[in-house]
Amino acid sequence: MRPAPDALAKTPTGIAGLDDITNGGLPKGRPSLVCGSAGAGKTLLAMEFLVRGAVEFGEPGVFMAFEENEDELTRNVASLGFDLKRLVAQKKMALDHVRIERAEIEETGEYDLEGLFVRLNTAIEAIGAKRVVLDTIEALFASLPNEGILRAELRRLFRWLKQKGLTAIITGERGNSGSLTRHGLEEYVADCVIVLDHRITNQVSTRRLRVLKYRGSLHGTNEYPFLIGRSGISVLPVTSLGLAHPAPTQRISTGVPRLDSMFSGNGYLRGSSVLISGTAGTGKTSLASAFALAACKRGQRAVYFAFEESPQQIMRNMRSVGIDLRPCVSRGTLCFHSVRPSHYGLEQHLLAIHELVEEIKPRVVVVDPVTNLLSVGDPMEVRSMLTRLIDFFKTHQITALFTSLTVGDADLEQTEVGISSLMDTWLLVRNLEHNGERNRALYILKSRGMAHSNQVREFVLSSRGIELVDIYTGGGEVLTGTARIGQEAEERRQAQRRLQEFARLQRDAERKRRATEAQIAMLKAQLETDLEELKRSVAQEDVRKANSVRDRKTMARERMADQSNSEVRTSKAEARTAKGGARAPNAKVRGNGRGR
Amino acid sequence: MKSTSRYDQTAVFERSLKKARTKRYLLRLYVTGATQKSVQAIQNLKRICEAHLKGRYALEVIDIYQQPALAKGEQIVAAPTLIKHLPPPLRRIIGTMADEQRILLGLDLQSAPGMDAHERHGN
Repeated sequence: MRPAPDALAKTPTGIAGLDDITNGGLPKGRPSLVCGSAGAGKTLLAMEFLVRGAVEFGEPGVFMAFEENEDELTRNVASLGFDLKRLVAQKKMALDHVRIERAEIEETGEYDLEGLFVRLNTAIEAIGAKRVVLDTIEALFASLPNEGILRAELRRLFRWLKQKGLTAIITGERGNSGSLTRHGLEEYVADCVIVLDHRITNQVSTRRLRVLKYRGSLHGTNEYPFLIGRSGISVLPVTSLGLAHPAPTQRISTGVPRLDSMFSGNGYLRGSSVLISGTAGTGKTSLASAFALAACKRGQRAVYFAFEESPQQIMRNMRSVGIDLRPCVSRGTLCFHSVRPSHYGLEQHLLAIHELVEEIKPRVVVVDPVTNLLSVGDPMEVRSMLTRLIDFFKTHQITALFTSLTVGDADLEQTEVGISSLMDTWLLVRNLEHNGERNRALYILKSRGMAHSNQVREFVLSSRGIELVDIYTGGGEVLTGTARIGQEAEERRQAQRRLQEFARLQRDAERKRRATEAQIAMLKAQLETDLEELKRSVAQEDVRKANSVRDRKTMARERMADQSNSEVRTSKAEARTAKGGARAPNAKVRGNGRGR
Repeated sequence: MKSTSRYDQTAVFERSLKKARTKRYLLRLYVTGATQKSVQAIQNLKRICEAHLKGRYALEVIDIYQQPALAKGEQIVAAPTLIKHLPPPLRRIIGTMADEQRILLGLDLQSAPGMDAHERHGN
């Protein structure tokens, strides 16, 4: 988000997030009003404004306290890491406690607040202050008589601060009747008004900040939750985190080999957010633990935020499914953070997670289950908190796994807190009821940026760990558990039968082939015999013909017949006839052959 | 330095108490330069002291423009401010010292009507 061009000069507060909301800080050289009920964090905000100004921006500041004395202030903010004594000694800061006892005071005629002006001026000039805090100047109304004079003097004071070009924070306690401040300070300090709120819903308190008014400048108008942490105030506007986190392509194992293979063999994307949702007892925690264990085995640090079970309970339960987390904990690679959601407010949870993550710097984080946070805030708030949490993990390149419990018959493909759209990967585990038993099934509902299996897998928890098994999907129905095992056995039997049948058919064919071949051989032999016979017949016929010519010649010789020309011709003709006649028996043979 | 002098004053007071058996007053009036309010306050106070505390009071007039550090040390907010250091209890009287009744009340020189005044302010 690029800050919009703003004509108004700003003084950065240095408070995390506040400068984002106000587009750069408070109006420079003008007083701003910070109001809120008791304990809303007005003094801390004002003090952090001065401390950060002095330390980070080289602008010394004067803190004029009307309620707490210097020692109390110093002690109160020491817990935030602000060393006021040192800042005062370095002349980066001046503290002045204005104490007025109402009982000691008697008014006798006109007065003014020159005393206050003199003190403020002295302090400002002593350190060259650029920033001033008046906390809570309304206390004057309780201790000084004559409101008319006071109002006129306060007006003069704010004008004077403006003339001196001091950026000031005036704090004011919220009035009972809905007015911003008890005595209407907003009338005098109208350039910038910030309202702090400390709301208690379901016995859990959340602090919120809102820029009610900012003359001449753009500003965020929402209510932003803020935290008072170990290093001061942090306002957490969702938008200030932006959507600019890097997107690595490395993968990280899910802890279940078969699940890895469902994500094209490599598991989740590093730095992504993973949601596992499902009804009670579907194995969400087991999947989460397997993931944490895998990280620890790779030597990466992991943090397990448990909102439901104690670390011991989780470790015991996980041992029963072959996931032993104890060595990881004793080696220090796995850290459990078990806390009841109702222990403190959402923002405090967020802060605790932030701080633990900053301290341990894990690569992998498990939040189990996020749905339990609903007991602390309404869905909108939880969603907003989780958005910020996910963004936080992403900017730190932490792979985060969240589990979400789907209650009863709620729509399975919908999470209770409606965070699925924030997630990169969403696994759904559910119970399938069939044939009098419940079995677990696992799907990948989505996984951004990678090819992933569309198959439903049966999810089997045993003492060997988590296994994913293909479920039976034949015949238009989905079978799991023993039904699947039975169906698989049946299928094996059927396959066996088909195999046997095939072998039989093969044998039959072989037999037929052999029979046919035998027949062919027989016919061939027959043919050969026939041909043989034919040859013999032809030879016999030739011999007979030759014999008959010789016999006729012999006979003629015996009859002493003269050898006339005609005879010679006849004999020649006979010889020709004999030749032609040879064809006749031939035909006869053929005829015989056919007849047979 | 300041506190030492105050202890000296206390000693003086205690000695004088034994002698005179009367309360001795130590008063400091903080003003801001020679403004009209300052001048009025000084004149009014002197008149009242002379009338009611003659011979048994010490009045110091301090200009906080000249000695700004004292403004912080003595918790001065309004000006002019009169602080009655002695006798106890410590009391502050602010304004131009125009209301003699109130001043007498503040200096514990009058009691009964003063209570009413107190209550009126409390409301």
